[in-house]
Amino acid sequence: MGGLLGRTRFAAIDDVSFSLEAARPEIFAIIGESGSGKTTLARMILNTLAPSKGIIRFLGEDISRFRGRREQLQFMRKVQPIFQNPFEAFNPLKRVDRYLFASAYHFAEHHGRAGREAAADEALKKVGLSLAEVKGRFPHELSGGQLQRAAIARALISSPALIVADEPVSMVDASLRMSIVNLFKTLRDELRVSIIYITHDLATAYYISDRVLIMQKGKVVETGPARHVLSNPQHPYTVLLRESILSPDDVDKPHLAGAA
Amino acid sequence: MDVALSVRGLRAYYLTSHFGVEREVRAVDDITLSVEKKEIYGIAGESSCGKSTFIRTIAAAIRPPLRVLGGSIRYSFLDRDLYDLDERALTDMRWKHLSCILQGSMNVLNPVRRVRESFKDFASPHMGLARSEFLEAVKAHLKRLRLSPTVLSAFPHELSGGMRQRVAIALATVCRPEFIIADEPTTALDVVVQKDVLALILEMQREIGSSMIFVTHDLTVHANISNRLGIMYAGRLVEEGSTRDILRDPMHPYTRHLIASLPRIGDVTPKKGLSGAPPSLADPPSGCRFHPRCPLAMDICRQAHPELTALAPGRRVACYAISPLVQPAHDAAAAHQATKADKSAAFLQ
Repeated sequence: MGGLLGRTRFAAIDDVSFSLEAARPEIFAIIGESGSGKTTLARMILNTLAPSKGIIRFLGEDISRFRGRREQLQFMRKVQPIFQNPFEAFNPLKRVDRYLFASAYHFAEHHGRAGREAAADEALKKVGLSLAEVKGRFPHELSGGQLQRAAIARALISSPALIVADEPVSMVDASLRMSIVNLFKTLRDELRVSIIYITHDLATAYYISDRVLIMQKGKVVETGPARHVLSNPQHPYTVLLRESILSPDDVDKPHLAGAA
Repeated sequence: MDVALSVRGLRAYYLTSHFGVEREVRAVDDITLSVEKKEIYGIAGESSCGKSTFIRTIAAAIRPPLRVLGGSIRYSFLDRDLYDLDERALTDMRWKHLSCILQGSMNVLNPVRRVRESFKDFASPHMGLARSEFLEAVKAHLKRLRLSPTVLSAFPHELSGGMRQRVAIALATVCRPEFIIADEPTTALDVVVQKDVLALILEMQREIGSSMIFVTHDLTVHANISNRLGIMYAGRLVEEGSTRDILRDPMHPYTRHLIASLPRIGDVTPKKGLSGAPPSLADPPSGCRFHPRCPLAMDICRQAHPELTALAPGRRVACYAISPLVQPAHDAAAAHQATKADKSAAFLQ
């Protein structure tokens, strides 16, 4: 980073290793605050950023060694993203259904209109929407929750094995958050899709994840089964995160002021 | 029981008229509440419930197409309604008697000037001190907020998000105002920084003895900071009570849902999402605005919106299903014809 006149190198991610098994779909949470490197990690898993050192393998293949568009496309079919702000992910001047049709065309090889519409409708139904609700609409005509679900539907069209979700519910209203978080569970259990759930919200991570990985300043500080790590944190940083979480039960405890 | 702020029947809509299409977004629709001295009154609600519009209205920070169409706003430190003040009186009042801590402190800090200039611009006129004394007072204040005085020479972008927010708190409290309005002050911050910033806000509020309205959608923040809580939905208050009562014994179906769906560490019971989405305020549902998503909806809910009714001292709810004491609001019919008492006309050039 830095410009023409000054340049600093620092490790955004330092010695991070983990693996997910194809035969056992899971929800794997990567928890960290801003500057922890979690978004950089997401970009590398999606193959939009190359690692400086180390290897990322998908189904045994080193993803930095794809030759040509075809192999890259094969990979993209299987590994799909969901981003934090659906209003940034969708072009405000483009109708939402076009994204779904484009995915149906590129990733699921539906070349006829009827095929594309059917694929889009099927994917939307999996997330509790339908093509009829979404057809012809621009992003601003849908609520944040609906748009994020449309984004998830788009990601499902290619029947991916892995979804990388970067803060998928932080901009969604509390009353709708749970329906999206529950949707992830359904994707894992019924569609057998693994989800890398990147978040700073320990409570939802506790609620749906199978395993968690805690990151601080680019390094892994703790990892293991979700309930276990979050209920019995070992590393001081995890302990700090845990203690900083606010809970509705705090209403019965003495107020914050006076806390260190 | 000393009242710091009294809001009665407040109505503020966005009125636009373009290409022959008239639109009326009923962002704040008949809000009545009181904030007592030294208390923190929390307002909870989701996106597009009108809470940010409400904040702007009580801070006298409105601009067309937002217009105040009815109701009154009385602060204890003013001898007349907020909207009867002229521009000069408002400027005198801002930062000295009434200040704001907003989401994304960039809204307050000028990005192309050093932090010190913001203090000079906002606070200096009110404190009436010589320049050097003023800067000393500011540095002492910054120290209370655990900020180094070097922060004054920095540009906002050189500070971390948490530090900027603490500077915003310093600005809002240096003149020791009677009333502070906070709008999502910790939403963009990391979990560890958030706790720190909240503790600081609470410490400052207690030390100065200010009254506060604290707006956030996050109920866990309210659990830690607000004495009382008002739940807003689609431009209206649907429930009000002490924070403990609301969190432990919510009455309105919307509030019940919000609280039931909160995930907690240690709790793996399945939680449900609420179907539908918050309504458009340009074309809200008839009657009670929550009825399309409400599991208890009855015929009357579709016809007339319920009055926010006191069911116990300090406890108000607007839901027919909760108590027979709740009746249709008496101005429910009149509400549809928004009165043309355009109180904000005085401000418009």
